[in-house]
Amino acid sequence: MLGALFGRRKPALSQAERFAMATQLQLTWWRFKRHKVAMVSLFIVALFYVIALGADFLATTDPHATDARTSYIAPQPIHFFEADGSFSPHVYGLKGVRDPRTFKLVYTVDPSRHVAIDFFAPGYSYTFLGIPTTTHLFALRNPERGDGIFILGTDQLGRDIWSRLMVATRVSLTIGLVGVSISLFLGVLLGGISALYGGIVDTLIQRTIEVIRSMPTIPLWLGLAAALPNDWSVTQVYFSITIIISLLAWTDLARVVRGKFLALREEEFVMAAELAGASTGRIIFRHMLPSFLSHIIAAVSLALPAMIISETSLSFLGLGLRPPAISWGILLQDAQSIQSLALAPWLLAAAVPVILVILAFNFLGDGLRDAADPYG
Amino acid sequence: MITFMVRRLLLGLFTVWLISMLAFAIIQLPPGDFVDSYIANLAAGGATVSADEANAMRKLYGMGQPIYVQYGKWIVRVIAGDLGESMEWRRPVAEVIGDRIWLTLLLSFAALLVTWSLALPIGIYSAVRQYSLADYVFTLVGFIGIAVPNFLLALIILYTAFRYLGMSVGGLFSAEYALAPWTWDKVKDLAWHLPLPALILALSGTAQLIRIMRANLLDELRKPYVVTARAKGLSEMRTVLKYPVRAALNPFASNIAYLFPYLVSGSIIISIVLGLPTVGPLLVRALIAQDVYLGGAIVLLLGVLTVIGTFISDLVLMWVDPRLRHQLD
Repeated sequence: MLGALFGRRKPALSQAERFAMATQLQLTWWRFKRHKVAMVSLFIVALFYVIALGADFLATTDPHATDARTSYIAPQPIHFFEADGSFSPHVYGLKGVRDPRTFKLVYTVDPSRHVAIDFFAPGYSYTFLGIPTTTHLFALRNPERGDGIFILGTDQLGRDIWSRLMVATRVSLTIGLVGVSISLFLGVLLGGISALYGGIVDTLIQRTIEVIRSMPTIPLWLGLAAALPNDWSVTQVYFSITIIISLLAWTDLARVVRGKFLALREEEFVMAAELAGASTGRIIFRHMLPSFLSHIIAAVSLALPAMIISETSLSFLGLGLRPPAISWGILLQDAQSIQSLALAPWLLAAAVPVILVILAFNFLGDGLRDAADPYG
Repeated sequence: MITFMVRRLLLGLFTVWLISMLAFAIIQLPPGDFVDSYIANLAAGGATVSADEANAMRKLYGMGQPIYVQYGKWIVRVIAGDLGESMEWRRPVAEVIGDRIWLTLLLSFAALLVTWSLALPIGIYSAVRQYSLADYVFTLVGFIGIAVPNFLLALIILYTAFRYLGMSVGGLFSAEYALAPWTWDKVKDLAWHLPLPALILALSGTAQLIRIMRANLLDELRKPYVVTARAKGLSEMRTVLKYPVRAALNPFASNIAYLFPYLVSGSIIISIVLGLPTVGPLLVRALIAQDVYLGGAIVLLLGVLTVIGTFISDLVLMWVDPRLRHQLD
């Protein structure tokens, strides 16, 4: 780029020359690009993080707002055209009907009343990256009480599942990121120390890893999660749960780091650097780290889905995040009993993003792992 | 080999000790002391406890003494077989847990057997017939197995069976046997109900093991000794099974120590979805209701039994795999 700026022209390179001159990162990227499934997965993962960022913008109604009228409304499609063929996106309104036997007022969809949808329209207020706003991707024009865009239906308390799913995506995906960061820190630190010092320290850390791996994790997580005080705020519980999950999850990363570290230490280029008089710090960060960075990235992308499953399982059991927090696990908690599932199968909607994200992360990690060793 | 076994045993004991500390922490962590909440619980039920009785109880549980004394008293009682009293059930913890712990182990063990008996042949087949239709199908199923958390799988199967087949697939016993004492018929009923939950529990582990087995065997099959064996006219079956498969079995050996705890862990959560009478639902309820002695005891028992199970499987594998025996000498 700089070369172009200063008018210097790069000589045309042959394929072999390009390969020889490419940096490790470039080689990894070229190799990764050949893995089609991994590329698609990368796109899906990126898409989910965009959703996480713009969760409130994509939500249509306040995910915490309850309304007994809209309890268990089946998924409602958005209609884009009127009967005469003119373009006017709308949903059907709700109307109350007396049940002829029980005389109870039940709310059902009224196909005769159309409620128009506006794009980039005002809705409930939220903050986007610190900026307060009310703009949503789409919202109803002049809704009556109870009207809403129920793309995925509503739950027992009449909350819109689509909107809740958007916000849950943010919570579940960030828990994965925060948790992996903590695990990564512990894993690199302890794995590095283990490999660097060897001897008794190494033995101690390796035995600890074995012990942690030989314990059944879910009962321990449950026990620790249950001990969190009931009066803690959503944020406190969020971080505690993340820490609890990562405390048992760093072992795999530590093993990868230690294994790579030990293998690289025997390489010629490390010995060359040593003979040239480089300091230990320089050898580690300048010469060894670039070689196993891609392996760490691959290990992280395989650790992330495990984190997400952990959080989802804990919250599903009622011992992870607690309402009013919203996460995939909490949404699935509503689908726990076969009775509510039989009544409202759309409660299972949260299963789709869970499966999709985990699958995408797994393929992505596979692709990265293959690409991590571009000379192989 | 003896040194290895002793080392394994010591490590196992160390794990048990760590688990016992964690279980004790679970008992201690909730705010307030246990006797207070026990008395409050009794009072809510209409019974009263005199100050003398309360003090006697405090003394028994070592309240007010340093934490390591309390831990010591607790662990001594546990070793003597007294796991404490369940607050919610007002019965000794051991009685509340009862058969459930064995059913948990049975389910995990059944899942382990399923994992092995599926992963081995499928892994071999996928490697020998690489890129065949069946290989792709198994790969696909494998990815689903890895991506779908087992509680979700259980939920989906439960719903599908209910919606399209009109049957309820939960439970480990038919209604008439659930509370009945153990008879031959009850065992048969259990054997009839066990496969589905075991299969659900085993799927993700199986998927991972198939992938490892397939990759390892593919590496082995490319080695010159396989070509030699084929050139000498060994039948294809013998060529594959005699050496490469045995050499590729290593992951079965190294993964087993982690597979069993993983399955025990998973059994907790699918038991809740499928309504299985294991310790899973009991544990979650105990923890939510802060029934600390019951929760702590279940965590401790699961941990200890997992360590024992892993130790036994280590021994079995050493008996099966001569390399493991010899490389340790």
